[in-house]
Amino acid sequence: MNAPNASGWRPSLGDAAQAKNATSSGDYALMLEEALSFELGSADKCGVDLEAPGRAPAAGLAKFMRKAAPVLPGLTEPETVRHYTRLSRQNYGIDLGPFPLGSCTMKHNPRLNEKMARLPGFADVHPLQPQATVQGALEVIEQLAHWLITLTGMASVAMSPKAGAHGELCGLLCIRAALDARGEKRDVVLVPESAHGTNPATAAFAGFKVESIPATPAGRVDLAALKSKLGPNVAGVMITNPNTCGLFEPDMRAIADAVHAVGGYVYCDGANFNAIVGKVRPGDLGIDAMHINLHKTFSTPHGGGGPGAGPVVLSEALAPFAPLPFVTRGDDGSMHLVEEENASEGHGQAFGRMVAFHGQMGMFTRALTYILSHGADGLRQVAEDAVLNANYVLRACADVLPAPFADSGPCMHEALFSDSGLAPGFSTLDIAKGLIDEGFHPMTVYFPLVVKGAMLVEPTETESKAGLDRFITSLRSVAQRAKDGDDSLHAAPHYAPRRRLDETLAARKPVLVWQGEPGMAGTPSLSEIGGS
Amino acid sequence: MRYLPLTSSDRAAMLETIGVAGVDDLFVDVPAAARLSGPIEGLPPHASEMAVERHMTALAAKNLSAGSVPFFLGAGAYRHHVPASVDHLIQRGEFLTAYTPYQPEIAQGTLQVLFEFQTQVARLFGTDIANASMYDGSTACWEAILMAARITRRGRTVLSGGLHPHYGEVVRTMAKFTQDDIVSLAPELVADPDDAAVITQIDADTSSVVVQYPDVLGRIPDLAAIADAAHAKGALLVVVVTEPVALGMIEAPGVLGADIVVGEGQSLGVGLQFGGPYLGLFGCREKFVRQMPGRLCGQTVDAAGKRGFVLTLSTREQHIRREKATSNICTNSGLCALAFSIHLTLLGGEGVARLAGLNHEKAQMTFDRLARIPGVSLLNAAYFNEATVLLPRDAREVVRDLADRGILGGVSLGRLFPVADGLHNGLLVAVTETTTDDDIEAFAVALEAILAGETA
Repeated sequence: MNAPNASGWRPSLGDAAQAKNATSSGDYALMLEEALSFELGSADKCGVDLEAPGRAPAAGLAKFMRKAAPVLPGLTEPETVRHYTRLSRQNYGIDLGPFPLGSCTMKHNPRLNEKMARLPGFADVHPLQPQATVQGALEVIEQLAHWLITLTGMASVAMSPKAGAHGELCGLLCIRAALDARGEKRDVVLVPESAHGTNPATAAFAGFKVESIPATPAGRVDLAALKSKLGPNVAGVMITNPNTCGLFEPDMRAIADAVHAVGGYVYCDGANFNAIVGKVRPGDLGIDAMHINLHKTFSTPHGGGGPGAGPVVLSEALAPFAPLPFVTRGDDGSMHLVEEENASEGHGQAFGRMVAFHGQMGMFTRALTYILSHGADGLRQVAEDAVLNANYVLRACADVLPAPFADSGPCMHEALFSDSGLAPGFSTLDIAKGLIDEGFHPMTVYFPLVVKGAMLVEPTETESKAGLDRFITSLRSVAQRAKDGDDSLHAAPHYAPRRRLDETLAARKPVLVWQGEPGMAGTPSLSEIGGS
Repeated sequence: MRYLPLTSSDRAAMLETIGVAGVDDLFVDVPAAARLSGPIEGLPPHASEMAVERHMTALAAKNLSAGSVPFFLGAGAYRHHVPASVDHLIQRGEFLTAYTPYQPEIAQGTLQVLFEFQTQVARLFGTDIANASMYDGSTACWEAILMAARITRRGRTVLSGGLHPHYGEVVRTMAKFTQDDIVSLAPELVADPDDAAVITQIDADTSSVVVQYPDVLGRIPDLAAIADAAHAKGALLVVVVTEPVALGMIEAPGVLGADIVVGEGQSLGVGLQFGGPYLGLFGCREKFVRQMPGRLCGQTVDAAGKRGFVLTLSTREQHIRREKATSNICTNSGLCALAFSIHLTLLGGEGVARLAGLNHEKAQMTFDRLARIPGVSLLNAAYFNEATVLLPRDAREVVRDLADRGILGGVSLGRLFPVADGLHNGLLVAVTETTTDDDIEAFAVALEAILAGETA
């Protein structure tokens, strides 16, 4: 194992349950503890062979030189590989088992995507190379754009947004620009109370006032309430469809017509596009702008929290305002990048620029690879299987966990449950932590906010029936324990790398950076203070 | 279909359990008029791994990759050598296929990496703290301006003319909608950055001044002087670092008085990738922590007393605060942060310093050589690994001519600043440890030939 350095760190001895068979190392076979890299490394170690420079720095640089190297210990390559490999084993990923995190579409990440993104022609190309030397890269953007436009039935797509929330921002800024072009000042955006937190945050970030629209008891947008809020001050609405309760909004067209009738625009949060790709085109529902999370529907890896990618498809009405840069194909088939330099040639109404370069190229190559692998028929099958899997979970568990909208028909690609009816003192959190012990990543919990103790299960299409059956058995078992008042659930997880963590302590006395000194006896770490 | 595990008999059995006749019965909420009856016309059907690989490889072959030619581009994206172990480690499925660590008991790997990453960024920047990453340098820059406005309760921001023009465009685009007042200084082709002009612009309404370090032309501003001037008027200094390797050699911005330091982390571990995904870095003073955007990872203990890590202070964030959040950011650049952190762990502080020294040495060799070409001169009084050379004519044409000769010879200022007059003869040249003596000579010979009017 990696030996701790002189900082004094040592692994804690584990909890009381393990104490009777305690090991001297603090590790338990394949359950391996790992110190911080700073506690392992030292200033005289380096994992990269670099010669010392042979000449003195230029005279002009002298007054800017730092007095000492940054205080960061290094590790050699074998120690580095071991450090991160040991850390990786404390993580749950899709590769280990079902990861039914609602609204996140944790589907299998095909490895061909990774291989293609690493071709030097994509991975080792600079964003500001002369355009004649990056024709293939621009063509990837154009081909992916064509697929996204065609799958959604929209007029155009802005490719540069970096993630879903950034795409929301792009869509709302297109709306702002379109209103400005009409000479209108409208300052209200309507957002259903069931929306992702990013929706109201984005509307505020784009300078709008947010007004909330309630949901009906059937889990849909309350059309009458929405209509009552429409007026000349409404810039638009942000609707998630399928919505965060896992349901399709059957009134989408009527909502869009009503909003358009008062001169507003319709933004759709496309986080749940996986349920309808190839089955419905949002453009046919009257939508003006919708972001597509390439890391959800189109399988680019979630990476422990990004990077994502959030291209925004746009209607005819909003297309002229899409931000720079922009890729076009000339009559001779050559690809062109429209930037500030040449924006007046046919794209003079662009609202500006959202990122330094051209967006998430590494995600575009992966998403295009995924899309070409599935084709039009395969993508349709993706939606059907995703919806089938979710309905299967819904029907297989609805007798042990309340499913608040199960009576109103099938769900889309995620099944929503509530923690009503558990034994007193038991809640969604206990079920989530119990599922961890069962070997699963829990579902999304306490979202959407409109359902008490919400549990949002999104299996995705890449789970097998046998895998789902195992998950269902575990979910039913844990739910039953919570109904029966099994106190051991309160202490779950018992078998994870960590027991429940003290989030209150973390927030009350934030420790956001390591405070020790490398290679020196540092302050005792919390593992030593708190260890058994 | 190789990615879809359900068999036909699975589907039939599941439909029976659900109690519907066919899968279309699950889509009944979609109005009939909007339902598509089959695959969308005009799009190709599914394809084998071999066929897709052939298609993508053909597209990749249409690009001239940086590693195949003498290469001198920078301007906010730098080609450094990334150790092989970095890309190997980030492809471990437990890192690659995890998501935001909402369940910390089974996400300690990601969380500990983020804690280490935050520490590394803070120590490199010389700030008290850092967050778990933003999308890229340009969006981090705008978020820093917003944060400064929240802290100072003022709405006027001064942008140095040395700020990357695309960063400036992002800021001006956003400010147009939020009605923040942005004062953008014009870039000038002079040897030193515009420190004095920036200082002159700071007034009692100024929330922050934004200074790039080194600046987009490769010059190095005197941060301490600007920090003093800003603080004297109650304004904050936001420093933008697009080449973090420079901080192995020049003083950390936080040490010089910067209040918020943001940057682009692409140089370490991430690679060029035609502009993304990249990695936004964000550090600041500890007293501003509750105004920070983005995710933060903090240390705590578990129920058994073991040290562990969690996402913390989330009451700043959109999923709790909704329209009152400090930012709308949700997903950030986790995997790029991992790559950055691994690369920096391999290097250590001494390694970063040596890497920076090598970059600067190669740059000295390059600029000494280029300055010997008749009609070519070096603009900068000081530089790290990137500087501006002045050519006797428009650099845009020269860059195209160099590409025709198989040399990617820098970024023309005409490409970066299309509307600014008087900059078009400037060529921005970046040099890293990957640049060889042969590359430098080939570049110089080709540039000399082009300027002498020789045809390729």
